[in-house]
Amino acid sequence: MNEKPISRLQKILTKGEFAVTAECGPPRGANPEVIRKKGEVLNAYVDAINVTDNQTAIVRMSSIAACAHLLKMGLEPVMQMVVRDRNRIALQSDIMGAYSLGIRNILCLSGDHQSFGSQPDALNVFDIDSMNLIRTVQTMRDEGKDMSGFDLNDPPAMFIGAAANPFADPFEYRVIRLAKKIDAGADFIQTQSIYNMDRFKEWMKMAREEGLTEKVHILGGVTPLKSAGMAKFMNNKVAGMDVPEAVINRMAGVSKEKAVEEGLKICLETIAELRDIEGVHGVHIMAIEWEDIVGEIVQSAGLTPRP
Amino acid sequence: MIVGEQKSISEIKTIIAPYKKILILGCGTCVKTCFAGGEDEVAVLASALRLACKKDGKEIDIEEFTVERQCEDEFIQEGAPAISRNEGVLSLACGAGVQALVRRFVKTPVLPGVNTTFIGVLEKQGVFTEECAGCGDCKLAIFGGICPVTRCAKKLLNGPCGGSQNGKCEVNPETDCAWQMIIERLRILGQMNNLRIYVPPKNWQTSLSGGPRKLVREDHMI
Repeated sequence: MNEKPISRLQKILTKGEFAVTAECGPPRGANPEVIRKKGEVLNAYVDAINVTDNQTAIVRMSSIAACAHLLKMGLEPVMQMVVRDRNRIALQSDIMGAYSLGIRNILCLSGDHQSFGSQPDALNVFDIDSMNLIRTVQTMRDEGKDMSGFDLNDPPAMFIGAAANPFADPFEYRVIRLAKKIDAGADFIQTQSIYNMDRFKEWMKMAREEGLTEKVHILGGVTPLKSAGMAKFMNNKVAGMDVPEAVINRMAGVSKEKAVEEGLKICLETIAELRDIEGVHGVHIMAIEWEDIVGEIVQSAGLTPRP
Repeated sequence: MIVGEQKSISEIKTIIAPYKKILILGCGTCVKTCFAGGEDEVAVLASALRLACKKDGKEIDIEEFTVERQCEDEFIQEGAPAISRNEGVLSLACGAGVQALVRRFVKTPVLPGVNTTFIGVLEKQGVFTEECAGCGDCKLAIFGGICPVTRCAKKLLNGPCGGSQNGKCEVNPETDCAWQMIIERLRILGQMNNLRIYVPPKNWQTSLSGGPRKLVREDHMI
């Protein structure tokens, strides 16, 4: 990889600082103000802002366009890109287009299956998988070639991210998959939201034993809970989520008025624990349609001011 | 085998509405095995249609015939006299059978009575599951003999997505996670190292994305 950092996020991670990223979803419409407002709210508290790509298979403003709006404000986006909706031709073309606009971070994902979204009758693509996408972006950057082996003029050089879910099954395979993603070219990892700290620590231990934490920056994912109902819903209905009984009980054990406060407490405890785990280099805050809370979380966690 | 499912009576009635003399032509191979279009299904459908048409006050003459295999000219030939006696044919074969008839009988309308669903196996009596997408570039050797192209909802070649839980697919909790099965099988075979292999992007040229496919065996041509 280039000596000089490609992006601010890479610079912060390379320097060994504890990075903070947050997620924001583009609007279900064409108004750029929505994304600008989210950007403003997050600006002072995060190093980079993930912009989702039609998450949960619901049609929204494109990730690239929303990233471009953030860039215009001087903010740093992480463009999420899923392989569900575009074949390899469109993906490579959009990576080049994104780079030309100034986007420097990419998160390579499979994407939620369309059956979970608002248009389940859509055809999915899955021409390549997320592993192949990581490798594609890496080959563009490090070898300057597209997937056909063609030498690109001014190839895009992205700081490459991938996702990991330590809570999905089969558990013993999860670290092998992480290793594969690193081999394919992942520079940083953003994990699924962590509520089951024991399992996360076990996964991190396995990753350290394989020497993986030396090769990649792992950002632990957190999502503040708003209610016991949300905790239960995430545990039962959201694919790949693991919210232990103890966390659900904690949320259920307080009055409705105190639920948000309790959710934040849990979130801050999680961040504090993450900062103590060897190999965890940052936190990724996914406050779904609740971006206003991110500032409070980052401040209370003592992670301000950002570098 | 090719697995198919008979269309509903109401759809079939609409499809055959323009005709007064129709042949229901069954196929004695795959669709017979999956109870969609063999001799028995032809008889049952013919009776049901006669009753339904009578109730609607429509006059219709339905003839029944079944050939051994509708996708081969040699067998189709046996149905030629019956086909020539009728205004149209309602084929209970798969889509290949329907089109083999179209190729052979240029002037006779051939109508589908079956929805061709997939290439699959009989999992247990009355249950059929899809196992092969006919992609034309079989990689089962590295996946322990279980096909992620067909059996993973995201066609993932490099391991399970983050939604697999308790061995089930996030898309449908009734469906086994193909990757869970692959991992179990590789464990039994002592080939867990296969999981570490980076599987490059698939070449889809051999699949339908290259347009309709043709297989030429020159050694068998006359």
